[in-house]
Amino acid sequence: MANVIDDATIEYVGILAKLELSEEEKEQAKKDMARMLDYIDKLGELDTEGVEPMSHVFPVRNVFREDVVTNGDDRENILRNAPAEKDGMFVVPQTFEG
Amino acid sequence: MAKEYETVIGLEVHVELATKTKIFCGCSTAFGGAPNTHTCPVCTGMPGTLPVLNKQVVEYAIGVGLATNCTITQYCKFDRKNYFYPDNPQNYQISQLYLPICRNGYVEIEVPEGSKKIGIHEIHMEEDAGKLIHDDWEGCSLVDYNRSGVPLIEIVSEPDMRSAEEVIAYLEKLRMIIQYLGASDCKLQEGSMRADVNLSVREVGAKEFGTRTEMKNLNSFRSIARAIEGERARQIDLIESGEAVIQETRRWDDGKEASYAMRSKEDAQDYRYFPDPDLPPVSISDEWLERIRGSQPEFREEKRKRYKETFDIPDYDIDIITDSKHMADIFEATVALGAQPKKVSNWLMVETLRILKERELDPEDIQFSPKHLAALIDLTDKKVINSTVAKEVFEVMFAEDIDPESYVEEKGLKTVNDEGALRKTVEQVIADNPQSVEDYHNGKEKAIGFLVGQTMKAMQGKADPASVNRLLKELL
Repeated sequence: MANVIDDATIEYVGILAKLELSEEEKEQAKKDMARMLDYIDKLGELDTEGVEPMSHVFPVRNVFREDVVTNGDDRENILRNAPAEKDGMFVVPQTFEG
Repeated sequence: MAKEYETVIGLEVHVELATKTKIFCGCSTAFGGAPNTHTCPVCTGMPGTLPVLNKQVVEYAIGVGLATNCTITQYCKFDRKNYFYPDNPQNYQISQLYLPICRNGYVEIEVPEGSKKIGIHEIHMEEDAGKLIHDDWEGCSLVDYNRSGVPLIEIVSEPDMRSAEEVIAYLEKLRMIIQYLGASDCKLQEGSMRADVNLSVREVGAKEFGTRTEMKNLNSFRSIARAIEGERARQIDLIESGEAVIQETRRWDDGKEASYAMRSKEDAQDYRYFPDPDLPPVSISDEWLERIRGSQPEFREEKRKRYKETFDIPDYDIDIITDSKHMADIFEATVALGAQPKKVSNWLMVETLRILKERELDPEDIQFSPKHLAALIDLTDKKVINSTVAKEVFEVMFAEDIDPESYVEEKGLKTVNDEGALRKTVEQVIADNPQSVEDYHNGKEKAIGFLVGQTMKAMQGKADPASVNRLLKELL
């Protein structure tokens, strides 16, 4: 493996992904990530001079909706997806002002 | 000698667009619905759903871009901005990073030295987040996703402003342009226009910018001005005492009139943007662009110029009337119905503004129709009612948009034009008030005012004051 992921990086990625990893899992994740980066490096060997970056897989453009209300009140069904419900709202763990 | 500092300010302004539906689904954007009654699987971020772009959002964004002298990105696309917060159910916000719809624009603001250009770096389209309500009692938070997916444009300025006054002039200018376009009502208090202030200070003459901070949660022009003054002073204090300004996001507390740093962990500025694979790119043809350009409204400056040339009303009136497109529309429609411009302007400038102020309303809240205002002016012109009665009728018209003609008829408010009846009342008033009559004869001109008042009272307000005056003078 050409790439090496250090402890600080895996710690930071863990914070961004909101993951708590055990020491064992961290070691495994470091190896997996290094392998992925090696693969990306391999792709980097290709000559892409003059090739437009692809932003979408299908050659489709301008898929629009008209500005017309089509959805009614479906709260009951939507709230079935909530882990818990109170006063018609989704209950989530206390968050600080952000 | 004390060093002199210059404040450098750039703004990020979020504007909620006035579309009927959300940016990527057919849910209503109406304000004030019961929690989560305007939601669907798309705007609550359920797996497997597909967002479809609201065409009107693109048209509004292009309209604002053209009006602010931007170059329109004719091939643009959406990106995902990744962050975890419960108001954002997808764990990413759909926004535009790489190819925002508008770039490199400017608006001109008035400053004491003349006019100044404020550069616009870019305008991009994005979706709003839900609303969090903190339940301290239960120790949890509640989420209402009605606002999730409401379309926004974010207007990012260049760091071209140097004072709170310039910032407010810039915001007023944006508000005016966007309201004239009908793209948003731009109400700071209600959150349909929100401004984040990026501010740094540097010694006058310095070429490099200082370290900047970003301030959020500013919901009035007053708090924006206070926050700018406070942050400028805080940064100068740090520099003078040899400390460094830290690049951070600060939250303004309106009650305490102070800002405090938000916890850095929640402020991890690593959004790992990438192109959104669910949304195909948007390609804006020359024809589409020209069609929007062709249907741009007459903006304030042009309107002011035309009013000056067309209507015989003072510049002061023109400034106030054109301050709101809605007010200007009412003015023009009423004049078009044959009312004299200055009379229409008077009703708007005096009675309308007074009621708006009393009830803490905006000109956009005016409900009465131009047809009824024209009818009211006609009734006073023809002396069917006097000005006191007209003001009473106007109050009712303002609240309920009644037809003044039938209202006056129903309530029996017409001025009594029966000369005989009026003469009789005046004679009675003279007989009942010998003291005032004597005062008048002794040269107290003011005494006649009291007698006019007594006559009007006896006539239940339904007399023509000029006729009362004439009769009194004649009979005295």
